[in-house]
Amino acid sequence: MIWAAIAVVAVGCYAVKLLGLSVPASVLERPLIRRLATLVPIATLAALIALQTFGEGRSLVVDARAAGLAGAGVALLLRAPFLVVVTAAVVVTAAVRALTG
Amino acid sequence: MTASPTTTALHAKPRAAVVRDALGVGIAVGLSGFAFGVTSAGAGMSTAQTCVLSLLVFTGASQFALVTAIGAGAAPFAAAMGALFLGARNAFYGLRLSHLLDLSPKVRPLAAQWVIDETSAVALAQPDRAAARLGFTITGVSLYLGWNITTLLGALGAAALGDPSAWGIDAAGPAAFLALLVSMARGTGSSGSWRRVRERPEPVTAAVAAALALACLPVVPAGVPVLVAALAAPAVLIVTRRRGDHS
Repeated sequence: MIWAAIAVVAVGCYAVKLLGLSVPASVLERPLIRRLATLVPIATLAALIALQTFGEGRSLVVDARAAGLAGAGVALLLRAPFLVVVTAAVVVTAAVRALTG
Repeated sequence: MTASPTTTALHAKPRAAVVRDALGVGIAVGLSGFAFGVTSAGAGMSTAQTCVLSLLVFTGASQFALVTAIGAGAAPFAAAMGALFLGARNAFYGLRLSHLLDLSPKVRPLAAQWVIDETSAVALAQPDRAAARLGFTITGVSLYLGWNITTLLGALGAAALGDPSAWGIDAAGPAAFLALLVSMARGTGSSGSWRRVRERPEPVTAAVAAALALACLPVVPAGVPVLVAALAAPAVLIVTRRRGDHS
């Protein structure tokens, strides 16, 4: 099943990229569609951040991951590069777990 | 590469400057495949699955979304839907690039795989077609190679580390999403002073989506909260439109 999901995502993502290069501009260049295309990824990312920071199975918890995300936020405010932002989250989370666990 | 009509500009950008910009983006972001490899292995994906994702999907946000959702216990189909929602934006990059790059029908299927945030940003920043083609190609090659090599290294490295939660690797996914979210919100609107929600709906959409996802988590199956939260986008557009009509 995981391979099937990988296949669906691989084919779907490629098809979307090729579609953009191939269709006439008038099909996608509508203000409403453009705004949706901007906002849907933002909504999806925000949901994923919330779920993966505060979700534990089907319940909500505040644990070391929240501290890690805060660390990533600080790194972003300092305009750190992507890999540094991710590393900050991992290190802060591990440190909080080591100190509290 | 032949000169295009748009290269008649007096201030054509030197090729070396285009190559330097493109390599800078390609190498820096290419290294981030390491974070994906570690996250994917931590979510329980095999090294082969992790590498196939980077080779064939090759759009970071969708890859992270798929593996972290599956790692959290989502049904594979729901996880795939969330990943596809994120990948949909690449169609709009393709749309803008197709005019700019003016690719022949033979090259198009090959170039399509490289139509992502970073290659689009570099290509669209160039002053003419020749520079855009060069920037797109150099960014695409360097990012594709780097992303795939570091994905493999990350996956192998994570396997050596053992239990991912002990190391805080489960925080890598949300941190990666936060970085992507900030760069997307920066890229789509003019930064600076606060504007009305109608003109700048990104922060409100993000907040509504996060709240919806957390509210749904206890009551719907894993993977579904993300799909429900995506409805925040049309909802915010509809509400701001109505308000706009009345004012």
